Amino acid sequence: MKLEKTWILALLTGSVIWFISCGEQGVKESDPPVDIEKVAEKQPEVHGSEIKAGDIKFENPLNAEWVLSGKGIYELKCQACHKLTTDKLVGPGWKDVTKKREPVWIMNMITNVDMMLEKDPEAQKLLEQCLVRMPNQNITTDEARQVIEFMRQNDGEK
Amino acid sequence: MQASLLLTFFALTLFSCKPKGTQSAVSGDAATKVYVAPGKYDEFYNFVSGGFSGQMSVYGLPSGRLFRVIPVFSVDPEKGYGYSEESKPMLNTSHGFVPWDDLHHIALSVTKSEHDGRWAFGNANNTPRIARIDLKTFRTAEIIEIPNSAGNHSSPFITQNSEYVVAGTRFSVPIGDNQDVPINTYKDNFKGTVSFIGVDPKEGTMNVAFQILTPGINFDLARAGKGKSGDWFFFSCYNSEKANTLLEVNASQKDKDFIMAVNWKKAEEYAKAGKGQKKPVRYAHNVYDEKTHSAKSTIMNEVLVLDPKDCPDMVYFMPCPKSPHGCDTDPSGEYIVGSGKLAAVIPVFSFTKIQAAIAAKNYDGDFDGIPVLKYEAVLHGEVQKPGLGPLHTEFDANGYAYTSFFVSSEIVKWRVSDLQVVDRVPTYYSIGHLSVPGGPTAKPHGKYVIAYNKITKDRYLPTGPELAQSAQLYDISGEKMKLILDFPTIGEPHYAEAIPSSLIMNNSKKIYAIEENGHPYAAKGEGQAKVERKGNEIHVYMSSIRSHFTPDNIEGVKLGDIVFFHVTNLEQDWDVPHGFAVKGASNAELLIMPGETQTLVWKPEKVGVYPMYCTDFCSALHQEMQGYIRVSPAGSNVPLTFSTGTNLPTEPGK
Repeated sequence: MKLEKTWILALLTGSVIWFISCGEQGVKESDPPVDIEKVAEKQPEVHGSEIKAGDIKFENPLNAEWVLSGKGIYELKCQACHKLTTDKLVGPGWKDVTKKREPVWIMNMITNVDMMLEKDPEAQKLLEQCLVRMPNQNITTDEARQVIEFMRQNDGEK
Repeated sequence: MQASLLLTFFALTLFSCKPKGTQSAVSGDAATKVYVAPGKYDEFYNFVSGGFSGQMSVYGLPSGRLFRVIPVFSVDPEKGYGYSEESKPMLNTSHGFVPWDDLHHIALSVTKSEHDGRWAFGNANNTPRIARIDLKTFRTAEIIEIPNSAGNHSSPFITQNSEYVVAGTRFSVPIGDNQDVPINTYKDNFKGTVSFIGVDPKEGTMNVAFQILTPGINFDLARAGKGKSGDWFFFSCYNSEKANTLLEVNASQKDKDFIMAVNWKKAEEYAKAGKGQKKPVRYAHNVYDEKTHSAKSTIMNEVLVLDPKDCPDMVYFMPCPKSPHGCDTDPSGEYIVGSGKLAAVIPVFSFTKIQAAIAAKNYDGDFDGIPVLKYEAVLHGEVQKPGLGPLHTEFDANGYAYTSFFVSSEIVKWRVSDLQVVDRVPTYYSIGHLSVPGGPTAKPHGKYVIAYNKITKDRYLPTGPELAQSAQLYDISGEKMKLILDFPTIGEPHYAEAIPSSLIMNNSKKIYAIEENGHPYAAKGEGQAKVERKGNEIHVYMSSIRSHFTPDNIEGVKLGDIVFFHVTNLEQDWDVPHGFAVKGASNAELLIMPGETQTLVWKPEKVGVYPMYCTDFCSALHQEMQGYIRVSPAGSNVPLTFSTGTNLPTEPGK
């Protein structure tokens, strides 16, 4: 019994020391740990890289093809939460969104929502209002650009 | 001091049936060896059979954490498996819908006898079936029933490039037109079969390529050769006495049973050359289509059977003491280790000697016309006094073998070259199979051996008469094996394989692309959500996204109607499934992955308004993800309507 207690004590002391002094080393010893960040980079899920002002061009007249494909993406992936009016559903209504926000801001909200909710005060305000994070809907940068074209049309641009 | 204590302890526990002070077998640094810090991943996936639960479970090693239970042969209400209309066909058989089975063994797909991380195969013992699990989705992709088989134990073992998965019958039975025979005519009328199931190298799709008809014996386990023995397959079998009653006595009469060696390349040639006979049978072949998110069951009508008497040089028997269970080939493919459950030695056969004995026709007579090779002629040697009840052997990368001993509850490490025992550790208790990561392949990863125990008295907090089954993890990186962890498992684990996580994790599926959803009742976007009546069937094309269903108000359903909820999850974000449940539905819930469509059938039995809701927490407003369905009397004139957000409350009293 005494022996057993000593053992447990030794084990406890051992693990405490290990925890404090050399956690990383201990882990390395037992298995080569997989780096989560690296693995995430390899994942095929689409997260666009940050889009900066100047990366994207806007022209009139609107690109009719993009308006059409943007509408298709809206109906498949956006309509459940966003109306085309000013009414809020789950997220804000889209009417006049291209007048209120920089298109680059909208595109980043679509493709880089994690970054936006972490950094951007306007995005954070929206989350406080809606209480549902804008989901990542697996939309590429090009597709997001097409959605913007549809939004521009919805806002009356020709 | 510690070492001497351990030695004494081992000596004391070796032959006692209830080891005391098991905690003292764990050394002080065990915790550091199994600790996987937050933010770090386990090094191995461990795919563990669920025994009588019929499922496959996925653990991390070395942490022993349970990550997933994959439903395979048993219905699983948690995921709607076997309850949703799309998954019901997966459990169809020639006996109809069979909602349960016992999953005994796991085989992971291999290329050049090395793990390739594509598929896991599992066997149903009760109603003979083989399943293929896709390791991208961790879901059952295909189930094929095995005809002319009864008790599919000797499976699913796999050839070196996953060309074939085998399925040997546990019970021999009457085969053919007249199966209504007296049981005591076993010796005349009962036959065994081993089936070779072809696997499409790209898609993995299975087909019963051919069967080999065998004498009426019982097949237990099997292993394919590799390298030089790659064209061969080895099956352990018992009941060479051909007993049909009280087998615990009557099938233990002979000193030696057999390992059956099959030249499968030759069998394949015979099959292609038309040496087999096409026999009428009925078996189900069920395939899950990831584009339509639906399974389809097809009943097959024919199987090609090879009779060894028409196919010389295809099948041989090797005597093996006594009621052999494990039948394991070493990484080089030269050695085949037999493990007689009732034997006092471990016989190790040499592939080179087997070939020489066949060439010299060095036979010890025949068994039902099949040549029996001389034991001494094919033997590499015997491991002497290894322990009691050897069951199963796996290998490391350094020329050592690890054998589990059921009766003496221990793992014994021995050297393949000179057959010397070098180490032994106790298990708690009654180990069945064991597993070394990569242990059945040509390239073992070594590092650990995991014991899968049948009985676990005193190991965990008691939970009534039945206790958690257990696995135990031993570090084998040093000279001595060291117990470092045990963890409870589901069902009764039979066999397991472990594979480096890097071979699987980067391919794991995150979402089903909604654009590619080919389900005939999908609502691809909320604009496609609708409700349709077809006679007394109501089809609800429903969409779900954080945090609502569309439609969420449905009226006009009548008693006598059958309601099909086809729910499409519009999310395209990893790990955001939605659930779906209706009050009083008598089957189960649905769990719908991002981009997927699944169907729940509901037959309302009473008039009223029924809530429906999401069962899988999805957002801050998850609790609000709900709706109502109104059920009116048969013959009522309530029109069929549906909506989301427009069926606004009327003022009270109006």
